[in-house]
Amino acid sequence: MIQDIIFAKYNYIIYITLMTIGFYGMIGKRNLIKKLIGMSIFQYSIFLFYISAADVSGGTAPILLKEPAVYVNPLPHVLILTAIVVAVSTLAVGLSLAIRIHREFGTLDEDKIIELS
Amino acid sequence: MRRYLAVLSCALFWAILVYGVPDLPDLGDPDAPSHKHVVPEYIEGSYKEAGVTNIVTAILANYRGYDTLGETTVIFTAGITVMLLIRRKWK
Amino acid sequence: MKPEPETNDIILRTGASIMVPLILLWGLYVLIHGALGPGGGFQAGVILAAGFILYTAAFGLGETKKILTMKRVLLLASTGLLIYAGVGVLAIISGGSFLEYGVLPLGHSPAESSKYGIEMVEVGIGLTVMAIMVSIFYDIAFNGE
Repeated sequence: MIQDIIFAKYNYIIYITLMTIGFYGMIGKRNLIKKLIGMSIFQYSIFLFYISAADVSGGTAPILLKEPAVYVNPLPHVLILTAIVVAVSTLAVGLSLAIRIHREFGTLDEDKIIELS
Repeated sequence: MRRYLAVLSCALFWAILVYGVPDLPDLGDPDAPSHKHVVPEYIEGSYKEAGVTNIVTAILANYRGYDTLGETTVIFTAGITVMLLIRRKWK
Repeated sequence: MKPEPETNDIILRTGASIMVPLILLWGLYVLIHGALGPGGGFQAGVILAAGFILYTAAFGLGETKKILTMKRVLLLASTGLLIYAGVGVLAIISGGSFLEYGVLPLGHSPAESSKYGIEMVEVGIGLTVMAIMVSIFYDIAFNGE
């Protein structure tokens, strides 16, 4: 089973490690910008997971050819295509909230904000 | 204290997720369940029903058009929210 | 806090004046080519926005605001969404259900009119994404000035 994980499913280990790094950024850091960076890493690990789930070995890009061919699964590509742009927009909303908090309190440290409010 | 708790919960998180990995399909497995459900119909119908050769565009705009309309609305709303939150000068 | 990062870097300015038209042209190509090859509204919108952001980085906000004023940016974003929803309503008027492109009176067969419907929708998505990305860049990069 260990062999199976290392040779056929190593991609999942990479995404889980990336996701854990993002999770640590979200819960272990005090700075709000660092929390947002952790959230982005978390999101992008999920995007990579979806794209690797779309892979079919020997498949070509999902654009129809004249002769019959093996295509990779186009559905995760669609979901992630929209999700990337939405992730950028929601990250912008989070950053603008952070800017607003910095204008209001003069700091981005979580504990200091709780003291001040 | 807080840092140790965070590292501990991250290790737990990693271990739980890795415990689930053996049940997932291999990388590039052509028989994975996600390739069998609706995707063959999309690949078949992309040119016949939607008239485009790019299957991603056919799914994006035709089969899942409602979803994309919602996503576009989310982007629009996010842009408006950023404007409302941090703009000082309106002209 | 300077609101306008003016630069006189000759390499950046010369590079940008060569690159920006090519980037915008490429963005339009990706937008129109979305039905046949790799491309589509989301990608084209982000490429076009990247062209405008490079222009702002090289020539300052004042120059870009001569072309894309805040009012025009908002107008473009709303127009894109209106095109998308309008195509859906047009399909209802033509006797189908919402966003059913096959019934639109655009081509000889349902597949052909569906192709043109998809192109129109892609243009709408591209406009909205470009305008919103440029607007977010204006707001965050210049701190709401």
